[in-house]
Amino acid sequence: MTLLLVILIPFLGALIPPLVIRSGRNACAAATGGVTLLALALLLSHAPAVFSGAVPTFGVAWVPAMGLSLSVFADGLGFFFAAMILAIGLLVIVYARFYLSREDPMGRFFAYLLLFQGAMVGVVLSDNIIALLVFWELTSLSSFLLIGFWTKRADARQGARMALVVTGGGGLALIAGLLLVAQAAGSYQLSDILLRGEMVRASPLYLPALLLVLVGAFTKSAQFPFHFWLPHAMAAPTPVSAYLHSATMVKAGVFLLARLWPVLAGTDAWFLIVAPVGLATMLIGAAIALFKDDLKAVLAYSTVSHLGLMTMLLGFGTPLAAVAAVFHIINHATFKAALFMSAGIVDHEAGTRDIRRLGGLMALMPITGTLALLAAASMAGVPFFNGFLSKEMMLEEAAHTAYLGLDFLFPVLATVAAVFSVAYSARFAIGTFLGPARHDYPHHPHDPPLGLWLPVAVLVVPVIAIGLFPAAVAGPLVALTASAVIGGPLPDYHLALWHGLTPALFMSLLAFAGGAALICAFRQADGVRARLPRLDAKAMFEAASGALVVACRRIVAALHDGALSRYMGVTVATLVAVGGYGFWSATHAPGARSLLSVTGPALTAFLALVLASGGVLLFHGERLTALILTGVVGVVVALAFLQFSAPDLALTQIAVDVVTTILMLLALNLLPKTTPREGSRAVRWRDGIVAGLAGLGVAGLAYGVMTRDGTSIADFYLAQSKPGGGGTNVVNVILVDFRGYDTFAEIIVLGIAALAIYALLDPALKGAAVRRIKAMLPRDEAKDAHPLILVVATRVLLPLSLVVGAYIFLRGHNEPGGGFVAGLVVAIALIMQYIASGYGWAAERMKLDAQSMIGAGVAIAGLTGLAAFAFGRPFLTSTFGYLHWPVVGEFELASAMAFDLGVFLTVVGVMVLSLAQLSRVVHRVDPAPESHEPMDVPLESAASGAAGKEG
Amino acid sequence: MELLVAAAIGILTMVGIYLILRAHTFPVILGLTFLSYAVNLFLFAMGRLVIDRPPVISPEAAGYADPLPQALVLTAIVISFGMTALIVVLALRGYLETGSDHSALDAPRRPDGRGEA
Repeated sequence: MTLLLVILIPFLGALIPPLVIRSGRNACAAATGGVTLLALALLLSHAPAVFSGAVPTFGVAWVPAMGLSLSVFADGLGFFFAAMILAIGLLVIVYARFYLSREDPMGRFFAYLLLFQGAMVGVVLSDNIIALLVFWELTSLSSFLLIGFWTKRADARQGARMALVVTGGGGLALIAGLLLVAQAAGSYQLSDILLRGEMVRASPLYLPALLLVLVGAFTKSAQFPFHFWLPHAMAAPTPVSAYLHSATMVKAGVFLLARLWPVLAGTDAWFLIVAPVGLATMLIGAAIALFKDDLKAVLAYSTVSHLGLMTMLLGFGTPLAAVAAVFHIINHATFKAALFMSAGIVDHEAGTRDIRRLGGLMALMPITGTLALLAAASMAGVPFFNGFLSKEMMLEEAAHTAYLGLDFLFPVLATVAAVFSVAYSARFAIGTFLGPARHDYPHHPHDPPLGLWLPVAVLVVPVIAIGLFPAAVAGPLVALTASAVIGGPLPDYHLALWHGLTPALFMSLLAFAGGAALICAFRQADGVRARLPRLDAKAMFEAASGALVVACRRIVAALHDGALSRYMGVTVATLVAVGGYGFWSATHAPGARSLLSVTGPALTAFLALVLASGGVLLFHGERLTALILTGVVGVVVALAFLQFSAPDLALTQIAVDVVTTILMLLALNLLPKTTPREGSRAVRWRDGIVAGLAGLGVAGLAYGVMTRDGTSIADFYLAQSKPGGGGTNVVNVILVDFRGYDTFAEIIVLGIAALAIYALLDPALKGAAVRRIKAMLPRDEAKDAHPLILVVATRVLLPLSLVVGAYIFLRGHNEPGGGFVAGLVVAIALIMQYIASGYGWAAERMKLDAQSMIGAGVAIAGLTGLAAFAFGRPFLTSTFGYLHWPVVGEFELASAMAFDLGVFLTVVGVMVLSLAQLSRVVHRVDPAPESHEPMDVPLESAASGAAGKEG
Repeated sequence: MELLVAAAIGILTMVGIYLILRAHTFPVILGLTFLSYAVNLFLFAMGRLVIDRPPVISPEAAGYADPLPQALVLTAIVISFGMTALIVVLALRGYLETGSDHSALDAPRRPDGRGEA
């Protein structure tokens, strides 16, 4: 549990700094440091167990059936990395407290830093690879925030974007890669996968998995040719550079290579790809670093170079090289973080990071100068410093590595890289601190406050201690970590200063001589470099991403041109093509189900449907005609439902058709009454052919299914309807009981649609819309606005309709009917009042708030469902019982009935709201003269003062 | 009988698709209505066609039609009303705001002039 907390504490702690910053910068930094310290203490509480060889684990199952869990484990490698992340994080927090200026939002900074810290610890401690991938992406995202922290600076934004694109893109490859590894190993748990290396390497998925994983690792660790993002990420504040780009995030790629080393390493493919990529990165990074003038750029390329070194060592695939890699990870983290912090101090104090403007700072800031020189010596690989030891081991490994039969390639190029490494370290140290003091620094440099140099000093201690007494200081840690990487017995190795007269020693000496020569001849070397062609990675990246954006715009513009008909056309044509392909590539046989014989009425109805559909097809320009013909089709569909044993559907269909037709008539009142003939004949034929093919396909599919027997889960519902749901109308029981959740969601959707209609029409009553409606007035209306017979009929029918509605509602559980149909019937009765008597008249008398009805309906249905909780049952569990009423007799009461009441209210509310809103549009712009008579009178008769009162 | 129903579904689909490919809103709305009919009938037909056997439990019944597609279609009918209503109102609002009932943006500037008429 504490192990999981190590990950969770930084995430939760990220909330603290933005709150505490009000109490001051010290409090903010102290709170952040406290969070990190707590996580570190919890982690270290596992140290005795880890060092004794145990692997603490903790897991929470999530979807066990799919192998998903949030599980963590701390073997040597994970423990070491987590400790490094948290320990250096602590130093960086102290340093950042003094580095950030008053204008920088420190609360935000520390919040980002803790997010990053949590993500990073998550990466190294995760046991489940899905969790690992999530944390991996989180490191990319949080580092984006940190690199772009100074949001006002263009280079910070560009650098952050570039880092995100490269590492995020690599992360996508990694997702695919790790999933393939999991597939090959048959487990999502890293601890299982690590034991199944043989299985993965023998799998046909091995090579694609390896390539994808390597893309993820190489992008994260800035390996050639993805190295270009790291120097641009230096636009980040220096604490970020020291933390992310020396000790932690860029090491995530190396961590991954080390983590999967027992699984993926040891094959030819691994060696042939990973080793040369590491070598190239080491060489290129070191060479570029020499010629950079910005201190942070020197360090950035140096980091690239050292990451290459680690990658190369892991790429060798031998246990001895893996030990060297682990040792160098430890060493590099200490001296490089110290150097980044020193560079930040110089920048802070002297006002510039340009080597050409610096020099002689040793006299002015002796503490910083001393610390930086010690760390730089380690970076150069000077004996008695820790960098020397691991570099010796690297050279030793390179010395006897042959690549494709070329036994000189690795030794020579590794030595060349070491030459550059000595040279840039020397240039960094000499150019900044040595030589005579100058008088033209932008600021007046002197040693910074304790808070800035103390973290550097803390980091320099291990640099020297390990350098002098490697076996005593770092021995146990290296052994612990390396054995976790190798996953087997450790090779025979010695962490020592003196190994005798080895090839590595001669290569080192050669490197120092070459490095010294290169520094002496720096001007000439720089001249040579200036004449060489150079690739500007940033410009290439920007050009590539710009071209990608343009290409995407073109594709979108072609597909998404703002014409609905095109989207629909493309979609339907694609469906037809896919369906057609499926049809032609399959075998066909006639169905064996016995068919129903055609009856006269059925044929008549079918012909009516064909004629009406054909009429709509041909005459859809005449909108009113088309609408009426559509109504005919709706009636035939309802009859079909009735014929084929679906009385509920027939009722619903006919009621909905009535409402839909009224709705469209109301809309048509304000829309143009005709559609002009559109498009060329060719276009119409093309659309017709696509539509015809689609129709043919759907008809064929329907026929194919209907002529075959199939299995259905209907028997369950038929059997359980009465005993389980307490109703005999199975359709209604399914709606309100078995599938009540669906229905509940559906009435919510309906309610939302009605509210959207309200929102769309309510503000329409001003501006251009009003002018347009007014321009349509006076409309060519029927002379008799509210025909007397219609008025009387609807008012007489209203109470009858309400009774019918109630009846349909009540019997719904056992006979055809129910909330949906009853709601429709009642809604129609109400809407008819608007139509017959006019909006003003009806609205004044009908004090129904449709919105409240929708709300009440959804609430009643929801509360009915919640009531089940009171009895300890899941949401929407139903119950029913029988009451004996004195006169009526046996009476059933089901909780589903309350649910159905909710459905009923929602349906009524939705229908009334939609249609009343439509009627209101015209009424609001041009209110009809109000009548206070019990009956609205025909307008012309009102003038003569006759007929009206008689109704 | 199955052939008639299948043909009806096909015709409704065809008319629906032809209409939603038009460049004015009202035919598109009618097309959606036709497609709703077609889809509802199609779903319903997946329960196979049965005459005189409504899924209402009674001791005399000789058998029952499949109730599940019926329940699905019942909600589909009501939902498609909600959708149609919303689209009708969208079209109306669009027409009132712009004075055009084209279903395409920038009708006059479209290269093939389909939205022009």
